[in-house]
Amino acid sequence: MSDTPVVSAGARPKSSMPWPLMVGGLLVGLHLVIALLSLVWTPYAVGDMVGGRLEGPSFVHWAGTDRLGRDLMTQIMIGSRIALVVGCGAVALGALIGVTIGVLAAFATRTLDDVLAAALDILIAFPTLLLAMLIVASSDGASLWTAILAIGIAGSAIVARLTRILAKRILSMDYITAARISGTASPGIVRIHVLPNIWPTLIVNFALQFGLAVIAEASLSYLGLGAPPPNASWGRLLQEAQASVYTAPFGAIAPGLALVSLVIGLNLFADGLREAADPTRRRSR
Amino acid sequence: MSTLLSVEDLQIRTAARPLVSGISFSIAAGERVGLIGESGSGKSLTALAVLGLLPDTMRVTGSITLDGHPVIGARDRDLVPLRGRSVAAVFQEPMTALDPLMRIGDQVAEVVRRRALRDGTKPGRAEIASRVLALLERVALPEPARIARAFPHEISGGQRQRGAIAMALACRPKLLIADEPTTALDVTTQAEILKLLETVVRDEGMGLLFISHDLPVVATVAERALVMRHGALIEEGPVGTLFGRPSHPYTEGLVAAARAFDAALEFAP
Ligand SMILES: Nc1ncnc2c1ncn2[C@@H]1O[C@H](COP(=O)(O)OP(=O)(O)OP(=O)(O)O)[C@@H](O)[C@H]1O
Ligand SMILES: [Mg+2]
Repeated sequence: MSDTPVVSAGARPKSSMPWPLMVGGLLVGLHLVIALLSLVWTPYAVGDMVGGRLEGPSFVHWAGTDRLGRDLMTQIMIGSRIALVVGCGAVALGALIGVTIGVLAAFATRTLDDVLAAALDILIAFPTLLLAMLIVASSDGASLWTAILAIGIAGSAIVARLTRILAKRILSMDYITAARISGTASPGIVRIHVLPNIWPTLIVNFALQFGLAVIAEASLSYLGLGAPPPNASWGRLLQEAQASVYTAPFGAIAPGLALVSLVIGLNLFADGLREAADPTRRRSR
Repeated sequence: MSTLLSVEDLQIRTAARPLVSGISFSIAAGERVGLIGESGSGKSLTALAVLGLLPDTMRVTGSITLDGHPVIGARDRDLVPLRGRSVAAVFQEPMTALDPLMRIGDQVAEVVRRRALRDGTKPGRAEIASRVLALLERVALPEPARIARAFPHEISGGQRQRGAIAMALACRPKLLIADEPTTALDVTTQAEILKLLETVVRDEGMGLLFISHDLPVVATVAERALVMRHGALIEEGPVGTLFGRPSHPYTEGLVAAARAFDAALEFAP
C-alpha cells in the first residue's frame, strides 16, 4: 500500500521568491550596475579637483566634494567597483582553497583529519589584519591583490571547516556506501554526490562571506592596507573624511551608506538563498 | 558449486573491545544465506568487512576471500574494481539509500554506465536509458518512465527500496548483500520486497547474504542461515533444520518467540 506512487504529475509548482532574496538582489544589483557604469562613465574624472573643498550634496556634486574639492559621487562609484572586485576575488579564492581542503579533510585518515582541523582552528583565530600586514610586507606594497589574498585566505579557513563538516555528514549516508560498493572511486563520489549535496549550503555561506569580505576590504583600506590611490575604496574615503567629520559629516555618511547598503544587500541575499534552498520548504508542498 | 565468499576466523575489534570474534562461514555461487542475530550482535560489521568498508579505527584479522580475491589486507584501490562486479548491497534505511538531489533514473544510469565501462563498452544515451527503464520494470516499479524522472522524496519508502535494488541489480553482482532491507517498511510492503529480492536473486543466479533480526523473514528468503550472538557465530544450518530443531538455546528462544508471535496473529480478529 505504501507502494502507490505519490509523485506529483506535471511540473513542480512555482515557488514564490522570498522577499529578502528580492530586496537583497536589488541592492546588490544596483551596486553591480554602478560598478559597471563606473568603467565607462563617472560624473567627473577621478583625480580632478572640480569644486570647492568639503561641499555638501548639490545638483552638480550629488554626494558633495572631499577636502581637495574632488567629486565624492565619482569616488563612491569607483568604490563600488573595488568592493565588488575584492569581494568576488576573495570569496572565489576562499571557496577554491576552502572547499578543496574541507573535502580532503573529510576523506582523510583520522590523524590527518585531526591535524587539518587543528590547523584550520589556528587559521580562523589568526587576525585577518595581521595576515594582511604579513602579505603586504612580503610583497611590493598594498594593492588590490594583497587585499584579495589576505581576505581570501582568512575566509578559506571558515569555508574549509564548514565544508569538512557538511561533507562528513554526506559521506556517512547509505547512498555513499552503496556508491562505494558499486565501485565508484573517491573522486567520483565527490563529483557526483558530495559537491552537489553540500553546494546549496555553501552558496549561502559564500554570500555571507561576500558581505564580510566587503567590510574587511573597507577596514584594510581604512588602515592603508588596501588598494592605494587613485583606487577610491570606501574605507579610504571614510578615513579621509574622518578629520573633518564634525564640519562636513556628509563626507563620511556617503561612503558609509554605500558600504552599509551593499553589506545589508548581501546579507539579505544570503538569507533569501537559505530560505529558497531549504529542502523542507521545497519538499513540503 | 564454487565458493563465492569465504570468511575464515574473522575478528573485528576497536582499541577498547572486540566486536566480532572468530567467525567463519562461506557462501557458494547462487546460494541464499541468512545472517540472523539480535541488535548489536555484529551482523552489519560482518557485512562491511566483506565489502572492505570498515572504519579505519577498527582492526580486522582473519581472511575473507570474495570471488577469488582477498579482501582483508587489500588496498582500497585494489578493491574498487572488485566491488560492483562481484558484490552489491542494499541497506536498511530507504531515506538515505538514494541521493536526495538526483533523479532516480540518473542514479540507476550512473551505475549502468560504470558497469558498462568496466566491461569495456560505452553505451549511448538511448541505450542507457532503455536499460534503466528495464531495470525499474524488473523491480516492479509502477510507471517506470515517471519514477525515473522523480526525485527520492517524491516516491514512497517501498519504491525507494525498489530503486535501491534496481541500482544493486545494475551492477550485475555475483553476491548481493542485503542488510535489513525491509525493517523500515510496513508488513505488506515488506512481503513484496522480500518476494522481489528472492525472485531476482534466483533468476540472476546471484548469491545472497541476507541480514535480519527477524527469523520468519530470513526463513522466507534464505536456504541456509547463520545465527550470531555477541559477535560470535553460535549456530548454522539449513533453514528447515535450524528452525525446526534448533540446537542452541538462543536459537530455540528465537524460534519460540516467532511461534508465539504467529499464534498471536492467528488469534487476532
Ligand atoms: N564505528 C563503530 N565504532 C565502534 N563500535 C561500533 C561501531 N559500529 C558498530 N559498533 C559496535 O559493534 C557492535 C556490532 O554492531 P553492528 O552494527 O554490526 O550490529 P548489528 O548486528 O548490525 O545490529 P542491528 O541489528 O541493530 O543493525 C555494536 O555493539 C556496536 O556498538
Ligand atoms: Mg545492522
